[in-house]
Amino acid sequence: MLPLLLVTHAAAVAAQAATAAPPHPLNGTVAQWLWLVPLLPLLGFVINGALSLSSVFHKGPADPGAAHGDGHDHAHGHDSAHDSPHDHGDHHDTHAVVRHRHAGLTSIIGPGVLVLSFLLTAAIFIAMRTAGGGEMHAPFIQRYFSWMPVGDLQIDATFQLDQLSMMMTLVVTGVGMLIHLFSVGYMRDDPGYPRYFAYLNLFVFFMLLLVLGGNYPLLFIGWEGVGLCSYLLIGFWFSEKANADAGKKAFIVNRIGDFGFLIAMFLLFANLGTLDFTGVREGASSLPFGGAVVTAICLFMFLGCAGKSAQIPLYIWLPDAMAGPTPVSALIHAATMVTAGVYLIARSNVLFSMAPVAQIVVVVIGALTAVFAASIGLKQWDIKKVLAYSTVSQLGYMFVGVGSGAYVAGVFHLVTHAFFKALLFLGSGSVIYAMHAAYHHTGNHDDAQDMRNMGGLRQYMPVTFGLMWIATLAIAGIPPLAGFFSKDEILGAVFARAQGSTIASAHLFGIAGSTWLYFAYVLGLVAALMTATYMTRMMIYTFHGPNRTGEKERSHLTEAPWIMTGPLVVLGLLTVAGGWFNIPEFAKFLGPVGGLDHWLEPVVGESTARVVAGAPEMSSSLEYGLVELAILIAVAGITIAWTRLKPQALVPKRESPAEEGFEKVLVEKYYVDEIYDAAIVQPIVSASRGVLWKGVDTGLIDGLGVAGSAYAARFIGWVGSQFQSGQLGTYAWVLVVGVLAVLGAFSIR
Amino acid sequence: MLAEALFFSAVLFTIGVFGVLIRRNAIIVFMCVELMLNAVNLTFIAFAQSYGAAGQVFVFFVMTVAAAEAAVGLAIIIALFRHRQTVNLQNINLLKG
Repeated sequence: MLPLLLVTHAAAVAAQAATAAPPHPLNGTVAQWLWLVPLLPLLGFVINGALSLSSVFHKGPADPGAAHGDGHDHAHGHDSAHDSPHDHGDHHDTHAVVRHRHAGLTSIIGPGVLVLSFLLTAAIFIAMRTAGGGEMHAPFIQRYFSWMPVGDLQIDATFQLDQLSMMMTLVVTGVGMLIHLFSVGYMRDDPGYPRYFAYLNLFVFFMLLLVLGGNYPLLFIGWEGVGLCSYLLIGFWFSEKANADAGKKAFIVNRIGDFGFLIAMFLLFANLGTLDFTGVREGASSLPFGGAVVTAICLFMFLGCAGKSAQIPLYIWLPDAMAGPTPVSALIHAATMVTAGVYLIARSNVLFSMAPVAQIVVVVIGALTAVFAASIGLKQWDIKKVLAYSTVSQLGYMFVGVGSGAYVAGVFHLVTHAFFKALLFLGSGSVIYAMHAAYHHTGNHDDAQDMRNMGGLRQYMPVTFGLMWIATLAIAGIPPLAGFFSKDEILGAVFARAQGSTIASAHLFGIAGSTWLYFAYVLGLVAALMTATYMTRMMIYTFHGPNRTGEKERSHLTEAPWIMTGPLVVLGLLTVAGGWFNIPEFAKFLGPVGGLDHWLEPVVGESTARVVAGAPEMSSSLEYGLVELAILIAVAGITIAWTRLKPQALVPKRESPAEEGFEKVLVEKYYVDEIYDAAIVQPIVSASRGVLWKGVDTGLIDGLGVAGSAYAARFIGWVGSQFQSGQLGTYAWVLVVGVLAVLGAFSIR
Repeated sequence: MLAEALFFSAVLFTIGVFGVLIRRNAIIVFMCVELMLNAVNLTFIAFAQSYGAAGQVFVFFVMTVAAAEAAVGLAIIIALFRHRQTVNLQNINLLKG
């Protein structure tokens, strides 16, 4: 059916012809099949969803009630907030694996659709590189049907393929594919296996919709869709209340951000009359530079980004998102979802480059988030929590990049971060898998995710150990790994823009933009130091020192199967080589300089040039100095952790003393959750109870509305009944007086 | 001639109205209603003298209805009397709201 819809493509071609442009170079190439890229995961969702439903009707093992039906004791020490590679079904005394009866089929379809999708994306990428001599200036837009024709508001279902969405699609399908493959090993023994893959496929579908959509409303559908899927996946093991709560938290916090995004869209339509990316791009120049309108649009849009991409003050959902299975964390944190905010700003680069005040806000919030989250990461014990706060921190970096108008740097960090963070998460998944399997064998219910229970794992899982060290060095910013180049590019861009740019000459709260940018630069350096420290700490506690897992458990610690380590190796290669995508000037001996700069030039070039217009050229000695400073800080961070931390002194979780002083504040994440609970949640709850429930519902609606109208009807009836005396004489009198009155009225007229 | 007849019937009708309004005995009220009907009949006939026979036809209808009404009404009054031992309308207020 869908190929038929492509007939309407002719309309898009006609529209292009109307603007007297030559036909797009991608016409007639494999890019015509662009719609298949997101549709394949959707197909996977339908099939896997059907498979998971079919077992419900067959009273299959996916029924959680059946898994608990044996009177299994829940009072064991298993930490309910943490995930385990298997559902409760395998906690039986017999420790039998309850595999879903359609697990085999799901293992083929679930990752299969992603592999196909990735191959198609790669083919389109090659077509893009070759078509038109490799230079594609106008985006390739495919119009499928008219979606929302409402008066002046004409919204079509269109996919827009340009250099930015191509890159995002490659990351989403590529890293997504690796995570899907990893999931086959990690989740195969879960009774909810087809359901898991159904959600995972749906997640990728919505993410592809987000990056391929040709207008803001379509992007918003994807935006909401990934929000929904994150809810479904975080609360995947929903029979534990903590997991379900984490899902709800993610959903609600995201809604707050989405409100901002919606307002931004309304403002866009009210002021520009269009929501197409191309339309906004052309119409934005009609808005006054730095005016209230464009600043408001950008700030509301950034509120949406802060929700989706976990920035202060809406970052709180991301660390809790750890309640989901570990590959889900990798998918949410690395390839999809949280990168949506960065993508949105990069996509709206024209608008942001016109609102320097909004850019300052983005940069400062990003820098603050980077430091804040990194400091929390210093003291977390849960291996996934460390990585979660690390993600929040790195997202802060990305916002510093895109906020300062260095769109390429921000997006570049997005890509490299996707590689090394996916590697770190999947690596931690391997570790948890091994830990859980070891505890599982001996019936131990200790926390499989707490680093105090790990230690010395390098001799049991050497592959994971090596790969995770690569990712750690990459995120710390050690050359020549991927993270070094992208992080350095962001910091360098902030420094350069502080010296002269439209942002530097703007003012926020009476303070010059250049001061704000220097401030952000310093925060960025501090965050870099902390990043190197906490990541090294995580590695030391997990893989080095003596093993603390337990005497009996130790012999069961093994490397994960190849289906899980395979994707890790691929990600490891990408982590090493990812920096080559955009080689800076000072490292030109590595290859051609600025590959990504050149690639994204048609999308963000104009806006970047606008921000840095008239800026003084940075001297190369200063540039070298900054790079050396960054490397020095990364090395210092690693050294601090390496020399100061003593894994030998650690004891397993249940024997560890509680922290005190400022350490406790860090362990408790600055009590932000508690503050939000006291300042926002509790007032809302008590206002709902006291005012809305007791006052409005019981008092006003039930009392005045329902009971009140009944009393009113009864009173009016009583008044009327007083005229019914039963006296015929009275009736006759009334009758006669009435007749006389009518006759009198007629005769007067 | 017409004026006298109309005046006479108006007097009859008024007597009937006042009878209905003032008297308490159901039989007398009933008779007063009949008086009003017949006052109207007289008007019909008086007008029939100058406007054609339609008025006389109406009189027959009125008499028919009045006869039926008398039958039904008297039957109700008798039943009422058997039930309550009175035909005083003041004591009969079953329709009180």
